[in-house]
Amino acid sequence: MYTFSNRLKIASIVLMIIGLLGIIGGFVMAPGTIAEAKEMVASHDGGHGEAHAAEAEHVTKESDHAVAESHGEEHDASHDQHLLDQLKNRPWAALYVAAFFFMMISLGVLAFYAIQRAAQAGWSPLLFRVMEGITSYLVPGGIIVFVILLLSVLHMNHLFIWMDADVVAHDALLQGKSGYLNPTFFLIRAAIFLAGWIGYREYSRKLSIAQDESDDNSNFKLNFRISAGFLVFYLISESIMSWDWIMSVEPHWFSTLFGWYIFASMFVSGITVIAMVTVYLKSKGHLPDVNDSHIHDLAKFMFGISIFWTYLWFSQFMLIWYSNIPEEVTYYVTRIADYRLPFFGMVAMNFLFPVLLLMNSDYKRINWFVILTGIVILAGHYMDIFNAIMPSTVGKNWYIGIPEIGSVLFFAGLFIFWIFRALSTQPLQPKRNPFIEESRHFHY
Amino acid sequence: MASKVIHAFYDDDDVLMLAVKKVKAAKLHIEEVYCPFPVHGLDKAMGLAPTRLAITAFLYGLVGLTVATLMMNYIMIEDWPQDIGGKPSFSYLENLPAFVPIMFELTVFFAAHLMVITFYLRSRLWPFKEAENPDVRTTDDHFLMEIEIHDNEQELRDLLMNTGAVEINISEKNSH
Repeated sequence: MYTFSNRLKIASIVLMIIGLLGIIGGFVMAPGTIAEAKEMVASHDGGHGEAHAAEAEHVTKESDHAVAESHGEEHDASHDQHLLDQLKNRPWAALYVAAFFFMMISLGVLAFYAIQRAAQAGWSPLLFRVMEGITSYLVPGGIIVFVILLLSVLHMNHLFIWMDADVVAHDALLQGKSGYLNPTFFLIRAAIFLAGWIGYREYSRKLSIAQDESDDNSNFKLNFRISAGFLVFYLISESIMSWDWIMSVEPHWFSTLFGWYIFASMFVSGITVIAMVTVYLKSKGHLPDVNDSHIHDLAKFMFGISIFWTYLWFSQFMLIWYSNIPEEVTYYVTRIADYRLPFFGMVAMNFLFPVLLLMNSDYKRINWFVILTGIVILAGHYMDIFNAIMPSTVGKNWYIGIPEIGSVLFFAGLFIFWIFRALSTQPLQPKRNPFIEESRHFHY
Repeated sequence: MASKVIHAFYDDDDVLMLAVKKVKAAKLHIEEVYCPFPVHGLDKAMGLAPTRLAITAFLYGLVGLTVATLMMNYIMIEDWPQDIGGKPSFSYLENLPAFVPIMFELTVFFAAHLMVITFYLRSRLWPFKEAENPDVRTTDDHFLMEIEIHDNEQELRDLLMNTGAVEINISEKNSH
């Protein structure tokens, strides 16, 4: 039985407090008026004129925020309003990126868990309790993301410009999409998805614990069936979720493989966290039956899914780059012009690093190596979500500063607190899983 | 130089694995084991050095990547500059996305083919070569362990019989 150590508990609470201060600081520092916004940009860029000149090259991006931005005399005024909106968005966007990122980790783990259940995998039952612990965060994490979406619908922020009736009134494309992309249906979908994910998680966990005390395999068999069913629901809901919660921040742009792309990101982040938590628990003397071969398998998944993510990232990029259609290519023009370092840095972190560090078979068994690569992978996939949300919400006024770091620290603290508290409620090793012997003797 | 070897036959891979472990425990050198299919973990049990084929695969991949880069640069940029997707930049770096699939494919192609060729050379295999396995049954349903005899024939016979061998033969072998 694992007990949530005081040191870790205090560390997670400290993270939450520091993070909360950062989040509050971000909201306090956001400008209230246009004058304040201009002053902030001037002090950052050393002259607004420069920034304005650069702006002219990337007008395409501006047209996304279709607030009737003609380039005549009204340009300056609307540009300033736009700047204010972007700076006001920044703490919200920072909060949303971090909230989504940690929710995505637990959702990725849930998908991995369901696949292990549906495949009746023999190697992984020893890790089921670790996975169940991580998916427990889906309840608070999912609810927080839902609350942020709800606040967006209530016009507390401008993350999703299609929620603004004025914008839609002047935009024929958004009018055409309004049958799907309207606030009510958006919230209904979000509620259904979260209910489905959390419902499966809680039910499967209940069956998994009941199996320990049971004298037949009925719980196990039922878990197998609902997991297979859940995967169907998950694949559809995850795809629609990625259009709704991420792709719709840029409502003119669309990509048909976006669901897969976000899936790859959450899957590899989730598997990385499973490996990291397992290594941590092992280092504290728990999970005695988990051997290097289990870590090796998780590291193989980290390696493979990192390549899978790169494949999807590149497929999406290359088709749009090649065809060069204006309404598609704006997405990458913004990112390459204003987000060059995070955009290409993320490819190095998510592809080059894991490929080179985890290619050697022996390195996949060295625990600290897996942790090191895992930290880079997690940072890289945070950047992935950052690159998906920020260009459309704060434009080129991005920075990894107090709001962003504060949000990450807060949700990291909450995540650690929640999953280790969940891990401490049940024995870490399932007793009566029919495959537990196979898992114990798992040998690569 | 011809040497005398003992051939022990097994009809089950699990029995073979146990036999290999017993023979190794008796500090005897196993010359070779012939199997109809790959037996998982046999190389470790026999104490064979880990394969270096993976390292060559990595190097061959790098060769493929280099060949692809040089080839596409010559064909598409230098020799006959091409307008790629309406972007006539005539620069390899700016047209890189169009070349990535080719770079990837040639990396895989070189790694795979050169690795197979290396494997054949290293295993001394070529077309029309006479088979080296001493008994045709090792291509069907029997496993064969070969141990060199150094005046300990009876000793070996007893040991191998105890490990569950179904047949034991002695034969002359020309070392290569």
